[in-house]
Amino acid sequence: MARRYTSPLTSADVTPKGLYLNRRQIMAGAAGILGAGLIGGGARAQEAQAPNTFEEITTYNNFYEFGTGKNDPARNAHMLTTEPWSIEIDGMVDNPGTYMLADILSEMTIEERIYRLRCVEAWSMVVPWNGFELNDLLDLAGVQDGAQYVAFETALRPDEMPGVSRPIIDWPYREGLRIDEARHPLTLMATGIYGEPIPNQNGAPVRLVVPWKYGFKSIKSIVRITLQEEQPVTAWNSYDPREYGFYSNVNPNVDHPRWSQATERRIGGGLFARRQPTLMFNGYEDEVASLYEGMDLSVQF
Amino acid sequence: MSETFGRPLGSAKDAINAATRAVPPWVLYALAASYGGWVFFEGATGRLGPEPIEALEHVYGLRALQVIILGLAVTPLRTFAGLNLMKHRRAIGVIAFFLVLAHFLVWALLDIGQLSAIWADIVKRPYVTIGMAGFLLLIPLGLTSNNWSVRKLGGARWRKLHKLVYPAAALGGLHFVWLAKGFQVEPLVYTGVILGLLALRLPFLQPKRRARG
Repeated sequence: MARRYTSPLTSADVTPKGLYLNRRQIMAGAAGILGAGLIGGGARAQEAQAPNTFEEITTYNNFYEFGTGKNDPARNAHMLTTEPWSIEIDGMVDNPGTYMLADILSEMTIEERIYRLRCVEAWSMVVPWNGFELNDLLDLAGVQDGAQYVAFETALRPDEMPGVSRPIIDWPYREGLRIDEARHPLTLMATGIYGEPIPNQNGAPVRLVVPWKYGFKSIKSIVRITLQEEQPVTAWNSYDPREYGFYSNVNPNVDHPRWSQATERRIGGGLFARRQPTLMFNGYEDEVASLYEGMDLSVQF
Repeated sequence: MSETFGRPLGSAKDAINAATRAVPPWVLYALAASYGGWVFFEGATGRLGPEPIEALEHVYGLRALQVIILGLAVTPLRTFAGLNLMKHRRAIGVIAFFLVLAHFLVWALLDIGQLSAIWADIVKRPYVTIGMAGFLLLIPLGLTSNNWSVRKLGGARWRKLHKLVYPAAALGGLHFVWLAKGFQVEPLVYTGVILGLLALRLPFLQPKRRARG
């Protein structure tokens, strides 16, 4: 009986839809009325938690299947056909097979989860996801004893994905989790943002969200889930294991070989915003640190 | 052959040369300054997407490489194609220098913003080290891009000093290659073009000059 995760952020923290498109103007207006001197640390911390706008979340993406520029997915991902969509669930499960996403969704409880997202490139956002716990899907498939890892695969459709014609990584995109990570109540399969169906550039129709790991672990547009005994081969880890560990837990004390992970740039701050300190496990230390007890996180990064 | 084709081609070349010669250098400086200022304004007003710092960094850096490539192309264009942009070579070089400076300042002041962290990145991150080395090599060139310095140094020494642009350009290309995530073609193309333009300077590739000897 896994406990369900309850976010310290509530629906009151989600800006109403009518406002999120111009939240920044409103914030700027409020700051002007209050006067800069009156805004204390608490108010600033709250602002740091406020979700990014729908526009920010959907125009600044890494989804190399649609191009390597941050705006490429927003421009190209409309080519992806997301309906109908099925997920092949195979490996060490009681009920292997091709599941229609619509059938899966009829069994799942969709919740709202406001999570921080920290990219390995040292930028971050706060995203109000809608989705279901991966744990529930794994129960639907029936995980067999001995399954130690979950492997995920993104759709590979050269006709719909202009980026895959270039060998940026070894396509298809693949990711993986340890079974306890996959079953953790924080681990979400997202199908929406701000209550809207998840846009293609964000990984439609269904993507993983593992908020305490670097963003690339949260694989998009999933077509295959495999339960297995051995650690799965994953895209960036096999591209360069020195730069991208299998675990890739957010960790300000372990730098990427080419850049520091101690700080991050919060998207939406504009041209003159400062960097913010990065939090251990992206701020989810209380929830997930116990998963890694006894591990040297600078070796198994 | 040369009688029939040489003349029209030659006159097209002459026309291009005459047209580019007619452009006063201040036009190039004004265009470059307004472009740089405009992009900054776009970043400050949210027109460069949700992450304007990274966008500005990339725009200035990429434009710098493009202008450096243009500068490196001036001599081969004259030698191998008969196009003469010599008059504008200084402006091209100075504009490239200011673009690199803008790229550096956006990174140092807006992106990192903390002296200790800037220094840590320069010494710890190879692609930053390389970019910084390229920038340092360009500083004496920027400072001596004026008539007074040419007179003071003498033409031969000045030309020798300004050959520093060759290693600076190569370092710029490598800096671009090194910071790419995954296998990406664009930085390799830029570096290839830079190395190709440098190779065109190899002594055995120079055409024999008839008038000398």
